Amino acid sequence: MQNNDKNAAVIRVMLAKIGLDGHDRGIKVVARALRDAGMDVVYTGLHRTPEEVVDAAIQEDVDILGISLLSGAHMHIFPKVLELLKAKEAEDMIVAGGGVIPDDDVKELYQMGVHKILLQDTPPQEIIDSFRQLVADRGAR
Amino acid sequence: MINRIPSMELAKRVREGHLRAIARLITRVESGGDPEVREALAELYKSTGNAHVVGITGVPGAGKSTLVTQLVHEYRASGRTVGVVAIDPSSPYSGGAILGDRIRMGDLVSDPGVFIRSMATRGTLGGLARSALDAVDLLDAGGFDVVLIETVGVGQDEVDIVRAAHTTVVVNAPGLGDDIQAIKAGVLEIADVHVVSKADRPDSNKTIQELKAMLMMSLEPGEGIWRVPVVPTSSEKHTGFGELMAAIDRHAEHLERSGEITQRRHQIALTRVVKVAEEIVRDNFARDSRSQTEELLKKVTQRELDPHGAAVTLLKAMKETIHEAH
Ligand code: B12
Ligand SMILES: Nc1nc2c(ncn2[C@@H]2O[C@H](COP(=O)(O)OP(=O)(O)OP(=O)(O)O)[C@@H](O)[C@H]2O)c(=O)[nH]1
Ligand SMILES: [Mg+2]
Repeated sequence: MQNNDKNAAVIRVMLAKIGLDGHDRGIKVVARALRDAGMDVVYTGLHRTPEEVVDAAIQEDVDILGISLLSGAHMHIFPKVLELLKAKEAEDMIVAGGGVIPDDDVKELYQMGVHKILLQDTPPQEIIDSFRQLVADRGAR
Repeated sequence: MINRIPSMELAKRVREGHLRAIARLITRVESGGDPEVREALAELYKSTGNAHVVGITGVPGAGKSTLVTQLVHEYRASGRTVGVVAIDPSSPYSGGAILGDRIRMGDLVSDPGVFIRSMATRGTLGGLARSALDAVDLLDAGGFDVVLIETVGVGQDEVDIVRAAHTTVVVNAPGLGDDIQAIKAGVLEIADVHVVSKADRPDSNKTIQELKAMLMMSLEPGEGIWRVPVVPTSSEKHTGFGELMAAIDRHAEHLERSGEITQRRHQIALTRVVKVAEEIVRDNFARDSRSQTEELLKKVTQRELDPHGAAVTLLKAMKETIHEAH
């Protein structure tokens, strides 16, 4: 979608890779798709810590913090991120995730407060649409 | 729905150095800045003018983000706080952007004395983003001692940074053909400090020598004139960044001592006011183009009115509609 109005609130997303997980194909696909949908995407690069990512997301004031995890460490990393956001009074930030995550874990992560998880073979358009919806549901800030 | 904090309240927190407030106000000003936001910015502007603003420019891939990272470490070691505004280009097709400067700055976060913000150009030429200088003001008002602006990789004459920073650093990478890149890019003259990055590479010496020779040629005689230094840096060998910080500090002292700082401040004010005026006109034009302009355009195409006359009519009409807070 062409974004002609320079004054329109552009959706800001941070895409992060945390820990030793070196799978970055998926996150790059997501980054390009979101950019092509007119969003500003801050990419952190590989091997960040939860602290680094949460601090960066706060400074960048992103609408959505998206974390891509294919390493199996999701049940450790997502709670840590949510906890840090809370401690830093940034719990209004939308947290999303993707990668390789078993269904049972997905359920549990939703209960913890992760807003959206989109796994393998999710078409890019679905990711774009659900990000727009998440921001619309949150409202102006 | 979430509880929206009024911008004036955020402004108060910015003065206390509250990072989340700085971050949120940058977002608000970047997404248009309605009157409520502009009012807060106007208030905060009174608290600016204390930070030393350094522009870092150079062609794509020259090593700007790497250098910013190392320079921030030097400033932190010297006890100063640093704000960074890192600009990347927006896609001309979608308007979206992938902001990747942060990839090299990962280890700088989790230090409350450092604040990094990425911004997209959103169609603005000249290497800066439209709201970049508002973001600089917010960091300045937030008490950061130094603010570094990393421009997009600039090519030819896109060098707005010169008119927005106190000190301009041009980053030259070695080994890009026979001529010095800086000359090709026409950015030789704009530098207050030249860096030759990637000085660990064998071809960097040639670039350093050529650059020094060029600078000698353009040297004016006389006392109290700033001699543009050439500083080699290497992120591989961790060399040159302390020297770079010292060169920037010397330039800041020179500006004060020579009184040149007054001219720079004047130049910065001029550039900003004119730029914003242009933006307001352009925005207004885009917004009102249907209703107000169509008739004028018709007259122009039918040779009843010349373009200049139509433009003057348009501006006169616009005067009525421009909101004072924009
Ligand atoms: C390609 C691949 C590799 C490549 C990675 C190349 C690269 N630079 O990315 C290489 C060969 C290097 C590799 C190495 C390893 N791999 Co591997 N790898 C894969 C494989 C086959 C495909 C991953 C992929 O690229 N998919 C394509 C992309 C487009 O899909 P995606 O990442 O899932 O992303 C989509 C969605 O998930 C979603 N998405 C992704 N991120 C995000 C983020 C957000 C916010 C949102 C909303 C959506 C979203 O959108 C994308 C588009 O639809 C998977 C198997 C699999 N089925 O996933 C194993 C897999 C991930 N690898 C695995 C393993 C074990 C490894 C190694 C440890 C192997 C080893 N013993 O050396 C190493 C570790 C490397 C490291 N440092 O991390 C395991 C992980 C097991 C686990 N989680 O418990 C898997 C699942 C294979 C398996 N079944 O065992 N691997
Ligand atoms: N050998 C060597 N490589 C360097 C040095 N500094 C930067 N690089 C490499 O140069 C490449 C570009 O570095 P960046 O810092 O991203 O350059 P940039 O100017 O910010 O790039 P853009 O923002 O894309 O214009 C990277 O691969 C760096 O690792 C250095 O001192 N030595
Ligand atoms: Mg860069």
